[in-house]
Order: sequence, then structure tokens, then C-alpha cells
Amino acid sequence: MNGVEGFMYPNEVELVWSVLIVLYPYITGLVAGAFILASLERVFRVDAVKPTYRLALLTALSFLLVAPLPLQLHLGHPERSPEMYFTPHSTSAMAMFGYVYLWYLMAVLVFEIWLDYRREIVLRARRERGLLRLIYKIMTLGSDNISERSLHIDERVGWVVTLIGIPSAFLLHGYVGFIFGSIKANPWWSSPLMPVVFIFSAMVSGIACVMVIYMATSKLRGTTIDMRCVDTIAMYLFYTFIIDFSLEMLDLVHRIYEADESFRSLNFMVHTKLYFSHIVVQIGLGTLLPLVLLAITQVAKLSEMARKRTYALAGALTLIGIFAMRWNVVIGGQLFSKSFLGYTTYKVGMVTREGLPVAIALTLLPLLFLWVLVKLLPPWDDASAAHGATGD
Amino acid sequence: MNLSRRQLMILLPAAAIAWEHVLAGTPEAAPNYTMSEHWWSMLIDIPKCIGCGNCVRACQAENDVPDGRFRTWVERYHVSDENMMYPEVISPDGGKEGFPSVAKADAGKYFFVPKLCNHCADSPCTQVCPVGATFIAPDGVVLVDQKYCMGCAYCVQACPYGCRYIHPEKKVADKCTLCYHRITKGLTTACCEACPTGARQLVDLKNPNDPIHEFLRTHAVQVLKPQMATGAKVFYNELDGSVR
Repeated sequence: MNGVEGFMYPNEVELVWSVLIVLYPYITGLVAGAFILASLERVFRVDAVKPTYRLALLTALSFLLVAPLPLQLHLGHPERSPEMYFTPHSTSAMAMFGYVYLWYLMAVLVFEIWLDYRREIVLRARRERGLLRLIYKIMTLGSDNISERSLHIDERVGWVVTLIGIPSAFLLHGYVGFIFGSIKANPWWSSPLMPVVFIFSAMVSGIACVMVIYMATSKLRGTTIDMRCVDTIAMYLFYTFIIDFSLEMLDLVHRIYEADESFRSLNFMVHTKLYFSHIVVQIGLGTLLPLVLLAITQVAKLSEMARKRTYALAGALTLIGIFAMRWNVVIGGQLFSKSFLGYTTYKVGMVTREGLPVAIALTLLPLLFLWVLVKLLPPWDDASAAHGATGD
Repeated sequence: MNLSRRQLMILLPAAAIAWEHVLAGTPEAAPNYTMSEHWWSMLIDIPKCIGCGNCVRACQAENDVPDGRFRTWVERYHVSDENMMYPEVISPDGGKEGFPSVAKADAGKYFFVPKLCNHCADSPCTQVCPVGATFIAPDGVVLVDQKYCMGCAYCVQACPYGCRYIHPEKKVADKCTLCYHRITKGLTTACCEACPTGARQLVDLKNPNDPIHEFLRTHAVQVLKPQMATGAKVFYNELDGSVR
């Protein structure tokens, strides 16, 4: 019956959280990770990653704009979601989402991007004609003072915003982890490590995402890739990934060694229904392989071309691996019965509101947003713009 | 039926008022009901359950429960001597049409376990609801305000007992209300009423005359998954250790 093996409580047969809920932590993770990469330059003065600073911020914003969409599409009554703002339930972890989201969107990302781009926005508002002029004019928010002193204030305030942004990024994604980790009914989710694992996997995916986007856009624009920059990003990716993988393995080893009442059931699930997505994709292809690739670049002297290719491959595999991790958490957590006596099956819908085409569209939508943002607010260095691009 | 003109004149307005409620689909008010005077729960006497499925059918008819979803259901356990921790459990269509007979006398024991919302006093489902659409009423019944629920299904995930589902048409969380529309009028629940053996008993812990007090004193009574510390209020008599 409906792909059930063993015994499920009858109401558990159909999964209530679909692939869209897989996308939600995936997308917010990319946001948090991209922002933390951007903060490396701003707060920790890692100059090498400067070429990706603005791109990372715009990437974070593009993904953040899409983040609530999978949730909205998943809700039975999306029109009631504003109730989360007006009448939040104080004991609910999920009730915080609206506030954390708005705080992060408005007080951190949009504010920081605005401060960072204010000079260009004002200059473009003066230079452009027609509709573009109007758009830039609105984007100045009436603040067109670009004197030395004013820009210096922008810089100082921007630094403080980034400083606030780092714990906010941790909050945004750690909180998503808490939504799952605090469900005591579900042993696959219930773990105090969950928010920490989510934060580190977010950093891994966000760093990989910006690295891949930077390399791809450089190729598309015909500009040279700053190897010092990608080498540094790859190094950070490698070390963050080691921490992330260690935490996940700690969780796994703890579960295996403790072997509590849920272990037999979860163990069986990982060896059957989740084998491909968990063992093969997440751990094998999505974690160990990129870790080995990145390790090689750290210890061996590879040519520039070989490094570029290795980084691109490791980055892409990492993004797939972290997606698989989100899948295994969200879908895996619903495949077994809370009676620990059986398993159900999840089939991704096709022509439903929560189907595969919608999921693919939502994954690609941030890239469209990023394209628009990059057109409006080019993130490229003046130096590189002077070399090749004529300016968008 | 013989009705005088006088009786008809009295009955017609009453029928008109009742019909209005039927059309509106809203339960009638229960003016004599004071929530704070009750603390509802249920007693399930496992040895008395014969797995007939009357309770499941009565619940579905009374509460218009959609097919494939269950506010209450019955499980049949088969526990063998060799593997007491991993029983074989079935619940075909929630036990609505009863259970297939056992072909031969297998080793081990068979028994039925009716399940429903445990109306937990510290319920994890109400804790997680982001808008507070589900709540514990002052009489101990866990309810869902379906005009307020946004259908996020977080409560479905949070229930350790699998008692909640998303209503396929209404797109909101749905579950056992302990027949709130009945118990507030002094009736018992549909499932208790339909049970031929009295295996299910609605109980009011705040009523000093309720026989539950005597029963709890004299029997070994347990709740499901006590390790979850949810304050479950559905009490099971002679609950086997293998039941999840």
C-alpha cells in the first residue's frame, strides 16, 4: 500500500513536508554562507577574497529574496502567513521565521549593500537616462551626498552592519537547524548538534556557491580569474568543510555507539531508502570526494588550469552534497514511522504546487535575481572593469 | 405519529432554528457548559477491545473524516516470545473494517490497541504552532482553530503519536477533538458510544464521581511513550511493553 514497508501509523503514510521544504534550508544556507564569506573581507580583512565581496553580498540577497517562496507555496493557506507577524506564538520555533528573515533582509543585507553601493547609485542616478535614472534615483532613497566625509561614515556604518551581520547569519541558519533539531518526536532530527551542523554546512555551501559563481561569471565575462582569490576561498572551503564533516560524523558515531530505541529503524533506512542520497551522494560524492580534491590542491603544486578545474568540480560536488544533506534531513526524517516499525516512500510530484518543476524553478530563480542585481549594481572591481568590460 | 395542531405550532419554530444551524454547519452553543469544571481524557481497556472497527467507523461518520486519514484507528499487535521488542503490527485502513483472521494459532500473543489524540497536557503540537492556531482548551482538550491554521504541518511533525494530518480538502491540520461538539452537551464521544464492549470510556478527571478515579487506583494503567513527557491523557489498561 502506497510504498509502505512494515507498519506506519496510518496518518504517516503521506509525507507532509515535500521537496520545497528541502529547498528552504538549502537556500537560507546559501544566504548565510555567502554572507559569511563576504564578511571575511569586511570584518576579518582577508584582502585576497575582495574580488568576491560584492558578488557574495548580491548572491546572498538573490537567494534570500527567494527563501520564503518555497514555504509560501507549501502552506495550505498561504494567505494566512502574515499571522506569523501579527500573532506569533511565543513557544513556537517557527514563529520567529518572519522576524529573523526581515531582520536579516532589511537590517543586514539590503542595508549593507546599499551602503556599499551608495556612491555608484548616486553617480548612476546622475548619469543614466529614462527609466534607469528613475530606478537609481529611487535607490538613492533621497541620500545623494557623496562627499568624502559622507562616504567615510558609510564605510564605518557598513563595518558595524557586517559585524552585526555575522551573528545574524548564524542566527538565520542556526535557527533553521533548531526548527528541526527541537522536534523531540523525531529522533532523526532531534539533536542539539543540528543548528551547529546547519551553520557549518551553510558556510560550506555558501562559500562553494560564491566560488563557482565567481569563476563562472569571470568565464562568461571573459575576464581573468583572480587565482589568489579562489585559492583563498578554496582554502576556507576546505577547512570549513572539515569542521562540518567532523560534526556530522560525530553525530553519526554518537548515534551508532549509543544505539537507542530508534537506531535499528534509522540504520535500516540509511542502508535502504536513503542509501543513494545519504551514503552515495551526500557522504561519497558530496563530501569525501570534494574534500579529497580540495586536499590535493592544498598539498600538491598544481598548475593554474588544474586548480581551476579542481575547484570548479569540488564546488559543484559540494553544492550537490549539501543539497543531498538537506534532502536527507527533511525527507529522511519522514520516511520512517515514529513507531520505528516501518517505512514509507516519497515520490516527488510533477504537476502539483509542490512538484519537481516548481522546485527547479525556485532553484533557478535566485540566479535570475542575481542577473538583474548584477546588471543594476555591477559587483566587479573597477580594475577588472577597466581591463575588459565596458561597464554594464 | 400523532401531532396536534398545538404541538406542531410549538415544534415548527424549534425545527426552524435547528435547521438554521444545520445549514450553517456550526455546532449549537452549549450554554450550560463551563470549561473550567472539566478535565477530559479517555480510558482504553485493552483486554476489552475486540478490533471490530466500530469506533473508527463511528468517528469517520460523526466527524466527516476524509478517506485515508484517521482521527482514531485500531492497531493489532502480534508479539512473539522470541522478539518481544519488535512486534508485528497491522492496521488495515485504520482497522475500520476489522482485521483478517489469524490463519493458525501462531506463537505469541495478539491484542488490539485503539489510538487517538492523547490530548497531552504538555503537548508538543501546540508548542510548535507558529500562530497558536492549535491550543489546549481549559477543559484539557487539544483543539485546532481551522479558520486560523495556515497548514504548515509543523504540528504534524511534532506529534510523537501520528495523530495529526493535513485535511486534504481544507488544507489545515485536523485531529481528534474528543467529539467536542458532543461532550460539551453532556454526551460521550462517537467512538465510546459505538464501542460494543466498553473498551473506550470518556473520563472527566475533575468529576469526583467519575469511575475513572477508582479504576486508576486499582489497575496498572499506562500512557503511550511516557518517555516523551507529553503529559498524555489517554490511559491504557494493561498496555504491553511492546506497544509504540
